[in-house]
Order: sequence, then C-alpha cells, then structure tokens
Amino acid sequence: MKLELGFIQIKDIQFSKECKVENGTLYVNADEVKDFVFKDDDVKACVKAAHFDIAKPGESVRITPVKDVIEPRVKVEGPGGEFPGVIAKVDTVGSGKTHVLRGMAVVTAGKIVGFQEGVIDMSGPGADYTPFSKLLNLVLVCEPVEGVHQHEYEHAVRIAGLRAATFVGELGRAVTPDDTQEFETYGIKEGIEKFPDLPRVAYVHMLQSQGLLHDTYVYGVDAKRSLTTIIYPTETMDGAILSGNCVSACDKNTTYHHQNNPVVADLFAQHGKTLNYVCNIITNENVYLADKMRSSDWSAKLCRLLDLDGVIVSQEGFGNPDTDLIMNTKKIEQMGVKTTIITDEYAGQDGKSQSLADADPLADAVVTGGNANEVIILPAMDKVIGTLDYVDKIAGGHAGSLRPDGTIEAELQVITGATNEMGFNCLSAR
Amino acid sequence: MVKEIERAGIPVVHMCTVTPISMTVGANRIVPTIAIPHPLGNPALTPEEEYALRKKLVTRALEALTTEVEDQTIFEV
Amino acid sequence: MSYRVVHYINQFFANIGGEEMAHVPPELREGHVGPGLAFNQAWKGEAEIVQTIVCGDSYFAEHEKDAKAQVLAWVKEAKPDLFIAGPAFNAGRYGYACANVALAVKEELGIPVLTGMYEENPGADMKEKILIVATTNSAAGMRKAAPAMAKLAMKLMRGEALGASCEEGYMPNGVRKNFFEKERGSKRAVDMLLAKLAEKPFTTEYPMPSFDRVAPNKAIKDLSKATIALCTSGGIVPKGNPDHIESSSASHYGEYCLDGVDVLTAETYETAHGGYDPVYANENPNRVLPVDVMREFEREGKIGKLHNYFYTTVGNGTAVASAKKFAMEYAQKLLQANVNAVIMTST
Repeated sequence: MKLELGFIQIKDIQFSKECKVENGTLYVNADEVKDFVFKDDDVKACVKAAHFDIAKPGESVRITPVKDVIEPRVKVEGPGGEFPGVIAKVDTVGSGKTHVLRGMAVVTAGKIVGFQEGVIDMSGPGADYTPFSKLLNLVLVCEPVEGVHQHEYEHAVRIAGLRAATFVGELGRAVTPDDTQEFETYGIKEGIEKFPDLPRVAYVHMLQSQGLLHDTYVYGVDAKRSLTTIIYPTETMDGAILSGNCVSACDKNTTYHHQNNPVVADLFAQHGKTLNYVCNIITNENVYLADKMRSSDWSAKLCRLLDLDGVIVSQEGFGNPDTDLIMNTKKIEQMGVKTTIITDEYAGQDGKSQSLADADPLADAVVTGGNANEVIILPAMDKVIGTLDYVDKIAGGHAGSLRPDGTIEAELQVITGATNEMGFNCLSAR
Repeated sequence: MVKEIERAGIPVVHMCTVTPISMTVGANRIVPTIAIPHPLGNPALTPEEEYALRKKLVTRALEALTTEVEDQTIFEV
Repeated sequence: MSYRVVHYINQFFANIGGEEMAHVPPELREGHVGPGLAFNQAWKGEAEIVQTIVCGDSYFAEHEKDAKAQVLAWVKEAKPDLFIAGPAFNAGRYGYACANVALAVKEELGIPVLTGMYEENPGADMKEKILIVATTNSAAGMRKAAPAMAKLAMKLMRGEALGASCEEGYMPNGVRKNFFEKERGSKRAVDMLLAKLAEKPFTTEYPMPSFDRVAPNKAIKDLSKATIALCTSGGIVPKGNPDHIESSSASHYGEYCLDGVDVLTAETYETAHGGYDPVYANENPNRVLPVDVMREFEREGKIGKLHNYFYTTVGNGTAVASAKKFAMEYAQKLLQANVNAVIMTST
C-alpha cells in the first residue's frame, strides 16, 4: 500500500473574515469553524460554549487543561477520508494522497476529568519538554453543559477537536504542497522478493485501552474490544488511529502522535536500506489478566506467523500496562524474534525507585523517554488559554503545585507528551 | 521469604492469590488460592463445603511438594 | 581561596614499588604525588591536592580496619572539601581499597568523595554507594580518566547538581536522572534493534532490575514420613498478639507452638495483618493457616507429621530486606528441627 503525503508548511495563523491557506498562512474565521463543529448533535448536546485562541512558539502562553492535539489533514486522492469510522465513513485509508498542514495543530482544551489533562507551555523551561511548543496551535477551548456525564462529554470534545481539524485540513485541499513524500510497504511475498537479504521488522504498537476514559480508537472501534491485529503503517499515518485518552499527560499518545508516529517514520527511513518494514501489529492494554494474556499471546503469534526477525514495541501509559509491555516482549522474544522496547519511567522524584512495575531479563534492549516523576518548576506565563483551576489536581501535580504568582511546581507528568513512549522526544534517563 | 526457605535447602510451596507477584518474587512451586482476605476458605460456603475446599487446596500443595520441578511452576487447582 | 582535596593512592602510583612493596602501611605526604598532578592541572588553581595518602594494597587488604582508621584520622584532621581516590583501573585490591576508604570518608566524615576504576574491578560493586568514574582497564587510560574525574570532582566541590551518569561519566548508581539525548527515542530504538539483529553490542537505557532466583529443591519422596511446617505472611497469631507484631512494616516474626492444637479457633487465634479485611481470618484462622486440614492428614498418615511450631509475620508494607532476614532466621530453625518441607501461605 502506497501513501503520498503532501506537506503544506504553515508559517502563521491569523483570525480573519475568511477561511483559507495562502502563502503559508492559515486564515481562520472562528465562527465558521465553530458552526461546523457544532453541526454534530453530540457536540451540540454536551458542549455549552467553545471559543478559539491562537498560541505561537516563543509566546508567554500556557495552554491547560489540554485534552488532545490533532494535525489538520485532507484526503485529496484515493479511498477514505479523514478519521475514518469517526468523522469520515469507514473505508480503508493509507493509500492515495493526503495533504498535511505541517507546523500547526488543533489543540482541544478545557476541563474533562480535571486531573488527567495536561499543560503546554509555549516558552520557558516547560516548552523544552513538549513537542507542541514548537507548533502554531489553534486552540479550541470547550465548556461542558451543566450536569453532562463525563463519558459523553469526553466523546463530544473528542469529536469537536476532530471536526475542527477536519474543517481546517479541508482548507489545504487545493493548495500545492511545499514537499511531497511517498511511503510504501509490500505484501509478504513481494517484500521477501524485493529485499531477500534484509531483516524483517515490524512495529508492535500498544494502544491504551484501560477504559474509564483511557481509550484509543481504530477506525472508530474501541481498541479494548479488539484482538491484536495487523495494520499497514500508512493507515496509521493517514488517521486510522486516534486518541480518546484522559490519562497522565506525559505519556499519553495524542492523535498528533498517532498521525506522526515516530517509530513508523524512523522505520520507513530505514525501509529497503537496512531492514524490510513489514507492518504494524496493534495490540491493547486491557485491565483483565485474561485479556492481557490473550492479547500478548496474539502479538507473539503474529510475529511468528509473519516470520519476523525483529520488532520495536512501544507502550502507552504506566502501571499495569507495564505488565502488558513485559508480557509482549517476553513472549515475542521466546518466539525467537528480537525486540527493542520504548517505555518511560516512574522512578520517584528522587529517581531511586524501581522504574517499571514489571520486569523481565528478556527485555534487554530498552529505550526510555525519561523519569516522569522528576520535578520541574514552570514560571508563570503572561497568558493562560483554558484555566489554571485544575493544576493542583492534575496527575503529577499536588496541593500547592500552583503558587499564588502563577508558578507551577509539579512532576513532568503534567506536561503533554513529555515522556512519550513512541520515542517522539530526545528526553531520556540513566 | 519463600526464596530464603528454598535457599536453605527446604522445598517450599507458596499458596497465594496474586500469583504474578509470587512469580516475580521467585517462588518455584505455587498454588493459586481463593481470595486475598481468605486464601484457604470461602465464607460463602457451608462449613462442610469450605473445609472440603481447603482440603482440596492443601492436597494440591502437597502434590506440588512431591512433584519435581525445574522452573517456577503454578499448580492450578 | 581554592578548594582543598585529599588524594588516596597505592604504593605503585606513589612510585614506591609494585607487588613486592604492597605491604607498606599508610603514609601521609604533603601536596600531590603521582597522578595527583593531573588533577591539579585540570583544576587550574580552583582546587588543589593538599595532602596525599599512600597505602600498600596488601596492607589495606590485610589490615583494613587499621588502615581505614588511620586514613579517616588524617582526613578528619585535614578537613578537605573533597576526598578523591585512585583511579584504580583494573587493579582489584587497589579498587577495593579506593571504594571502601571513600565510603568510610563519606559515611563517617560527611565529605564528598569520588573514585575511578574499570567497571569490572571488584571495587565497582560499590557504585550505588559512592560515585565511581568508569575508566579503561589499564593505567594507559589515565589521560582520559583524570580530566573526567577532575570535572566531576569540581561539580561536587561547587555543590552543583549532577547530570545523568552517561553525561558525567560516573557508573550508573541506581539514581535515575533525566537528560536530553541527541537523537529522538524512536531513532535510538531503531538503531538498537538493528544492532541487536546484527549481533553487535548495544547498551540498554534501562537495565532490568535483576531478580535472583533460587533453583527448586528436590521434591518430597515419601509424604507419609515427612515433617511439614506451616508458615504465613498473613499475620496469624495467638489471640491478643502476645509479641506485638505490627500490622504494617513488621519488625519481627512470631514462632508459636502447635502442640495440642487441633484446629485454630476464633477464640484462640487472630490475624495481626493490617493490609486486608481481617473479618474472615478472625472468624476462622484456618482460612489463612490450615492447621485443621494438616491435622487430619497427620491422623490419616498422609503426611508424617505437622511440625510443632509455625512461623508467622505480616507481609503488609514490610521491607523486602526485613522479610528476607526473618525467613533466613527461621529457615535455619526449621533445618535444625529436620523439617522436610514448608507450606507458606500469603494473603
């Protein structure tokens, strides 16, 4: 399956009367976007009010509580549309041509759970830890209708963000991309014939699916209801997987992370040169022991069935998903397939505790996204998009995290994407 | 604790509910039990039934002690 | 004013001699000796070695207590800002001496310490207790080791926060520190996998904690002749908890006689455990410690004998090291009593 991505570099975002992309600037009429967002019945029923704001790299701006980050895209050729099974109808994506508004994102913010959304600082020390400080962010701040059920509201805000991104992405349909790249993986036999001497490598992509607002969707299917399965890397790149997560901000995979999965990108960079990138195996992180056993058995089984030589395993979240990570790794290694895993650590604020809840000697090749418990001081910003009301309660914060002058003292956990377990960042620990 | 007894040269069977922890700490013979607050009993049963259940579990533990193992083994009941 | 440093070296680096002179007792010299010059040069006057302690490696090994006491006395007198030892490279006894003398200075005198050696030097076993800079395995590596140690030493003297082990050059000491790598994680993972596939060396960023395993003992051949003991971490104790075993973070274990006890009753036994709902165990303590069933098996001749003592403690919140100590102690008692097997129950 071959996908062509056309990158349209966005250099500025401005509010304006009309909506368009021109010479690298995105012009947005906020009311028009809002109208489109609110055309959805669920959004209408659960979201009382919404407004847009813009945050640019280097500004003294803090966005919080952050729910999701989404890259606007539009399908210009080939089957399917953006976010199949959720926004567009179900149809296989990952082939044809998609335009990408690069350098920007739609960020959804506002209270959902209250303690499991994150912080994005556009400047200062916190900005070094989140990749989203480097993007032009169109922020959609939502407020719930009073008395709305948490799950319904999470769904509504998720849809609102995806609709906003879809609307903005559509503005890139007729724009000529600044840069175009092609990505292609092959059928099993075809791949072996093309690259007979290269090791066969796949990516075991673990999806957060613990429920209670810790969910990931694949073509609209809640990942906890699926068995481990195979997906083309280009499908992931084309919006097949999206985040429905309200977990610790530092190591949840936002929709932007899925669209721009760095493991996929770096495996493609070596595809046909040092390795043969076969496919992605997606598996879940459920809460029952039987599910964990079944899903990890299945991962290992597929690795064997595909005659793989090696895999990269990435995790999402921490705690009991550490067991899923170790089960996957151990079982895959026992099939004779070599593994490298990406995780992050909860080694305590002093760095002295055991980093993972589970361990196995077969997990001998580990990449870490850093210790999420390390404490950071985030100085006050001139402007807050959203509200600081939840900073004390956020996972990684504590009573008194928010000082009277607006400074936040908290663990890295509060920062969206700080210790990402797909290896999106350079942060590490020893 | 189980490991120290094993290290002293005495075969030992670990009867516990949370078997993954037992595996991690390194017990070699493991018998899964009923529930954390009543590993060898079940208050929902009649006293006779409960005694029979306990007897079954302990019998399994004795079987574990008389079975040669090479690696960590869970003796399901 | 510059920082003051005391340096510890062995007879070889003091140019006294090799193995044939390893017996020399500790000696105090003013100023720097041997490798100390390299440190002084690296510090460019900001710090200086005021005294050097020279000690033979065999002397230290054979008179560790006396040697340590002498070194401590001199260091205490000198009141330096830092105590530096070695580097010892792959010299086993020298590395052992450097590590142990540095640990003593750190613990007894509260002075920052630093040493250096090859990672396979036996002294490197102390890497989680004192800072040890990783060096090559021979003294030819001095040109690299000295600046690395000098730089870290300066940070210690200035009281600056240390970066991650791989940035600063010290051996991983069990304290995880964040830092920014040059490549992102996914790229590092791909590179690591390619190395692993090609069977080339690679270094994991998080070594899995090592769990020591004990091989299973041989099975019991004849149950009908076996003495079997019951032990528990479920905190079953005689009513009233006579030895006051704590409900959490237990500091000791209990040893109780079962002579004449046919069944545990709610009137005579209870649990001291604070980590689970105690109602069921208090109602019928056999639900945790199955004395009733074991007595029946004993009467039937299915087992030879139920050991007449049981051992008990509370697992709740109890440090692994304590639990290990308890079990080591009573395992010896069980051995002496010729117990053939143990049933351990946990809640």
